[in-house]
Amino acid sequence: MKDLSLHILDIAENSINAGASEIRIKIVEDTRENILSVEIGDNGKGMDKETIRKVYDPFFTTKECKRTGLGIPLLAQSAKECNGDLTIKTERGKGTTITACFQYDHIDRKPLGDIESSLIVLIVSHPQIDFIFEHRRNDSTYILNTAEIKKDLDEIPITSPEVIKFIKDDIKTWLINTNNMLK
Amino acid sequence: MTRLTIEDLKKIKEKQKSTFALREGGYRAKITVHMGTCGIAAGAREVMTTLLDEITKAHVEDVITTTSGCAGLCAREPMVTVEIYNKAPVKYGDLNSEKMQEIFKEHVLGGNPVEKYALVIGSETTY
Repeated sequence: MKDLSLHILDIAENSINAGASEIRIKIVEDTRENILSVEIGDNGKGMDKETIRKVYDPFFTTKECKRTGLGIPLLAQSAKECNGDLTIKTERGKGTTITACFQYDHIDRKPLGDIESSLIVLIVSHPQIDFIFEHRRNDSTYILNTAEIKKDLDEIPITSPEVIKFIKDDIKTWLINTNNMLK
Repeated sequence: MTRLTIEDLKKIKEKQKSTFALREGGYRAKITVHMGTCGIAAGAREVMTTLLDEITKAHVEDVITTTSGCAGLCAREPMVTVEIYNKAPVKYGDLNSEKMQEIFKEHVLGGNPVEKYALVIGSETTY
């Protein structure tokens, strides 16, 4: 994976396959603590003890059409390469939360990438799922909750091009405005 | 902090109401972008972003997009399955933005599958 936004998309797809109706994505960029963390949480079916034991094995998958499961091992590798780690909290029937931490200024840390495109792909492809996106850059926090947006839009689908453009521009503007905070 | 406000959403709502009322509920075409780890690493997000741009540009309201996991043909990613209502689904492979644009114009809008990029025709339906 070229950047962290692609990892986020990948892990969120796991949540969708786990039958989640709500997915929370939280990014924290804290330059004072020198930490970047990415958390993807869902209310899907969770993992049993056997699955969690094997989840870091790239040759383990729950799917029948392939013999590899690279999503989590790749993210764990990306985190370990820059003094970070990956933790998984899961409970059968309750959901799973995956957190990856990175040393912010590590030379090998992947860039965050095009986070707004990953979010848009998720929202448009799975409008029935509620996405709660939180992004903190030091003292500034951005929150987007598609459940609230859907409620306000009433019968207009969240997948309407106009709505999608608005969401994308909103995130982009916040990212541009907060770039200075990371220096 | 920039945030979407209720006022913004109201404006969009009013603007979209007229076009939405004209729709007939169902959809004519469903496009599935294979978004497994292999697909994402090979460029599936870019293909999906191009597809969304094309849908917006063409002002079509009866095409829906979704994602699916790995289809087991990782070497041929990025892959997309196009299902036109009442027609055999077509699975395309080795895609990029340019090929996606071509498929959207020829197949989704024009109704003619682009055989040179097709991997298989008629293997599965999801509707």
